[in-house]
Amino acid sequence: MRHIISLLLENEAGALSRVAGLFSARGYNIESLTVAPTEDASLSRMTLVTSGSDEIIEQIMKQLNKLVDTVRLIDLTEGPHIEREMLLVKVRAEGGELRAEIKRVAEIFRGRIIDVTDTTYTIELTGAGDKLNAFLDTLQRPLILEVVRSGVSGISRGEKALKA
Amino acid sequence: MELTGADIFVRCLQEEGVEYVFGYPGGAVLHIYDALFRQDAVKHILVRHEQGAAHAADGYARATGRPGVVLVTSGPGVTNAVTGIATAYMDSIPLVVFSGQVPTHLIGNDAFQEVDSVGITRPCVKHNFLVKDVRDLALTIKKAFYIATTGRPGPVVVDIPKDVTAHKAPFDYPKTISMRSYNPVLRGHPGQIRRAVDLMLAAKRPVFYTGGGVILGEGSEALTTLTRRLGFPITNTLMGLGAYPATDRQFLGMLGMHGTYEANMAMHHCDVLIAVGARFDDRVTGNIEKFCPHAQIIHIDIDPASISKNVKVDIPIVGPVDAVLSEMDRVVADSGRAPDAEALAEWWRQIDEWRAMDCLKYDRKSKLIKPQHVLECLYRLTAGEAYVTSDVGQHQMWAAQFYKFDRPRRWINSGGLGTMGFGLPAAIGVQLAHPDETVVCVTGEASVQMCIQELSTCRQYGLPIKIVNLNNRYMGMVRQWQEFFYQGRYAMSYMDALPDFVQLAESYGHAGMRIDRPEDVEGALREALKVRDKVVFLDFITDQAENVYPMIPAGAGQNEMILV
Ligand SMILES: Cc1ncc(C[n+]2csc(CCOP(=O)(O)OP(=O)(O)O)c2C)c(N)n1
Repeated sequence: MRHIISLLLENEAGALSRVAGLFSARGYNIESLTVAPTEDASLSRMTLVTSGSDEIIEQIMKQLNKLVDTVRLIDLTEGPHIEREMLLVKVRAEGGELRAEIKRVAEIFRGRIIDVTDTTYTIELTGAGDKLNAFLDTLQRPLILEVVRSGVSGISRGEKALKA
Repeated sequence: MELTGADIFVRCLQEEGVEYVFGYPGGAVLHIYDALFRQDAVKHILVRHEQGAAHAADGYARATGRPGVVLVTSGPGVTNAVTGIATAYMDSIPLVVFSGQVPTHLIGNDAFQEVDSVGITRPCVKHNFLVKDVRDLALTIKKAFYIATTGRPGPVVVDIPKDVTAHKAPFDYPKTISMRSYNPVLRGHPGQIRRAVDLMLAAKRPVFYTGGGVILGEGSEALTTLTRRLGFPITNTLMGLGAYPATDRQFLGMLGMHGTYEANMAMHHCDVLIAVGARFDDRVTGNIEKFCPHAQIIHIDIDPASISKNVKVDIPIVGPVDAVLSEMDRVVADSGRAPDAEALAEWWRQIDEWRAMDCLKYDRKSKLIKPQHVLECLYRLTAGEAYVTSDVGQHQMWAAQFYKFDRPRRWINSGGLGTMGFGLPAAIGVQLAHPDETVVCVTGEASVQMCIQELSTCRQYGLPIKIVNLNNRYMGMVRQWQEFFYQGRYAMSYMDALPDFVQLAESYGHAGMRIDRPEDVEGALREALKVRDKVVFLDFITDQAENVYPMIPAGAGQNEMILV
């Protein structure tokens, strides 16, 4: 099963490499990993997407918790949560008909065209992973010049908050 | 008043009550060595190789329960120490390792003797630090000792660039410390403890399976009290020997790959398994599919990540073993209940039958020296009171089987990493910690050569370590596997071109003896044990063909032992 794990880490040099090292040393899957500072400069927040059996996920949670830099962590997928990822995609857009078609598809997915040239469009799209996948599937493969995904970030719904 | 980083370093060690630093100098740590030179509260032990420094500090820590302290220079100083750090990590030994680093402005420049020490050691430490500002030095050192010694202990590396040791800052050593990201559990969950006690009291075929965690967590006394109160059989892992008195009737001996028949059979047939400070290592469980098929499992451990890692348990209890076991004993006592006496009697009858197999028997009439005989003799002559360090191989297993440890911290070996070369330097740390005690290093002719240079250290500090070299002219454990599983193709396991160990010891200023007849074993040991000012290297020429029995072959279940 796919899990989204959120961590608050001490904002120390090397904290990221400890997490990455843990995953490679123990052979855990890692689908995406994002990390950035928070409103509290002493903390950084990491979101990890991984998959595995319940036993493996339990081990991953325990091993992450054991890292001395880990302040708090939560498996977002255990409760109601919101998942978001940003996609930037550059596509070949030549000829009036094609340009109109791409624009229409982008609008359906609530994407925004953020850069335009005579021959290309760059589209920004935010959403859960499967929405981004669906959008990419809709675009014609040969048209795609470049795809950049931010990796997943997520947050619990309601009152629940991950705080130090 | 402001102090230099080097002086701050020394003051921190003094504040921590550090008795010995095991180390080796070099460019990046010269300011620190100079500061050490100008005081005499903290004594520095000069080893001959940084691996030896880490093992010696490790031996000191295992024998005392206090953290071992290491000081090495940057680059090769650190890389040489890595094996020792990893050894301590695998056995959860508290070490604080200080490494010099190139000056901060050169970090990342491939400077002379630069290595990414924090990166290299990351996978084999509990935590590590790079100190970039002298104002952070004291607090970082405080944290390092705190992290190394609390919770599940382990090595912590503190990497200190040379300029940081020259810069000045006010010195202020915090008395206490707390970290929001690191909070070891202080007691077990009372509800879980009650559930566990209920299960234990209902058991028909219970067994205690306890590991190194009981020793690290100072839980031996509580374990002994509880086990005796319940009358349950108990087995210890290789790392846990000494946590329960080996001469006690309830003790079944060590379990695992070379454990006793009765211990492994009791594990296989038990209905309630009480695992304490043990981690279900593959050398213990054998084939995990066949492990304890009838048992409900209680697992007490300070480290939540140890629980249900390899084997799913029924009642997990996270907490310090000492506190949890004492609490359990209190709950049992207060309940006024007792275990099922009839079932227990039947269980003991079965265990005694297994015991009667006498699985550790060997040929006592052999014309060749049997390694088991040497160890039995050593046990008798030291009245079971010696500190015994060991290397890795057959000799290690025989020592574990034949030397009966009644007390914790007397059996000192590299169980997790299995590091050949550990025994001699570890003995240095043990002997320094206990100058008046008998310290014996049981080793093999292959292992002992891996850190043989430390004989020089022993000479410098007048350490009267007894080296019991079970010399079978083979990497015996490798030879045994090749005999069993590779049809006797002894690839590279014969130890050719061995030195004359007697002359070798003598050239370092020690005494050496070569013993090749069984009838001379006792006399040689007696004589060696009298020597108090230098090493005695006892080179026992043993039966080359001897194997360690019993044995659970890899992939087999605990009830599938090879007996002879
Ligand atoms: C540093 C290291 N290298 C290799 C091994 C693999 N190994 C395990 S036991 C052994 C043989 C040890 O021989 P010896 O020290 O003579 O002991 P014996 O088994 O003969 O008692 C070897 C090579 C190891 N444990 N450690």
